[in-house]
Amino acid sequence: MEYSPPPFFKTGPTPLVRLLIFSALSLTLLVADARFNYLTPLRQIAAAIIYPLQRTASAPASIARRIGDFFVTHSSLRADNARLAEENFSNAARLQQLKGLQAENAQLRALVAARERLNVKVLAAEVLYAARDPFTRKIIVDKGLQDEIKAGRAVVDDRGIVGQVTRVYPWLSEVTLITDKGQLVPVQNLRNGLRAVLAGTGNDGVLELRFVPLNADFRNGDELVTSGIDGVYPPGLPVAQVSNVERNAAQLFARITCTPLAGVASHTRVLIVSEPRDVPPRPAEEQRPPRPKKPRKG
Amino acid sequence: MADARTAPQEILLPVRPGFIALTLIAALFLNLLPWAGYWLWVRPDFVALVVLYWCIEEPRKIGFAAAWLLGLFMDVADGTLFGQHALAYAILAYAGIVLHRRVRMFSGTPQVLHVIPLLLLNDLIVLGIRALAGADFPGFQYFIGSFVAGALWPPLGVLLRLPQRPKPDPYHA
Repeated sequence: MEYSPPPFFKTGPTPLVRLLIFSALSLTLLVADARFNYLTPLRQIAAAIIYPLQRTASAPASIARRIGDFFVTHSSLRADNARLAEENFSNAARLQQLKGLQAENAQLRALVAARERLNVKVLAAEVLYAARDPFTRKIIVDKGLQDEIKAGRAVVDDRGIVGQVTRVYPWLSEVTLITDKGQLVPVQNLRNGLRAVLAGTGNDGVLELRFVPLNADFRNGDELVTSGIDGVYPPGLPVAQVSNVERNAAQLFARITCTPLAGVASHTRVLIVSEPRDVPPRPAEEQRPPRPKKPRKG
Repeated sequence: MADARTAPQEILLPVRPGFIALTLIAALFLNLLPWAGYWLWVRPDFVALVVLYWCIEEPRKIGFAAAWLLGLFMDVADGTLFGQHALAYAILAYAGIVLHRRVRMFSGTPQVLHVIPLLLLNDLIVLGIRALAGADFPGFQYFIGSFVAGALWPPLGVLLRLPQRPKPDPYHA
């Protein structure tokens, strides 16, 4: 037809065309994010835009908490005080011991000319909310680029390792908990020094030691601390306790489940540990020994 | 149960674009509240719900761009893959816009029965993307939120229609 009717009702492209455009855009973003991590600046811009909304949304909970703090009873305050004084007392004794040990350690290290470990600095952060995503275990804390947080920092609470900073936004950062599926922590058995890799399972309160031979000496109740060989987590921080060891001769590896020591799913304040020490550069690709740190899924 | 064809129809004022934007921001706010534990499972996706509502009621005033942008914000807030909610909301908006004449034929329960499958579709898209990225199936409680959202649909409709109610005419009081 030569003459098309005049466009009385200009509505732009049809819904299907628009759907295809926006789907293509989303898929591009998904691939760019999942495969190549290109989108950090874009994420940060979006994060900065919704930051006020995020803060306001988490405000009622923190206000309620503060009001709750205000109305504590006298007896609970006194009990707290007594407990803290006692803890302080016992900690003081340990601290003195620690100072002696540190001095001794420094001497010994100097003797064997080992590299000195730097002091670990920590920064307290408040948990704003847990990510509302049933697929992952993440929390959002209120410290970000402004406080010189970097991705990869370890996050601890007063009892042990909580997780690792995985994304940093201008004023917030995202912490992946050690219970997240596939989150790995290189650990060491405190009792006998055996090294292993602890992996999250995606369930709260359940961790799993991977690739442990059947005859390895792990028992119920063994305490696992970070081994520090990854250069991410400072060595010697408590992580988990072995809760169940299952040895089935039909399988290649022992099935060892552990429970995290830190209150991984239940805290309001955490500490972000700054870069513990400078790690020597990774060995070149060719001569890389088989690393237990990043096993393939399976 | 009132049937839309027989019930007395209200003539509503045109909705202001500012009001649509406000409700969308409010929905984003509700999604950002610190939900935790069991509440996380029960929580309806307010953004999906409000986007779907406006796509059905005012398909010319809300576009794919708004739905898509809100999806991006949700992805940033939850720290999920960039674009998964965006894709899901875009498809939801498409479904809402294509089906809006049909859904508006109904009212009450039949309308809810149209809305719930659409929200489940939204969940399924997110689930599919996560499965491709290597996540485990989180269990069937994952879908509870959409049924809760379906239950919230009628009150939401009443609430969002309130500002469009014509003011009583002082000359014909």
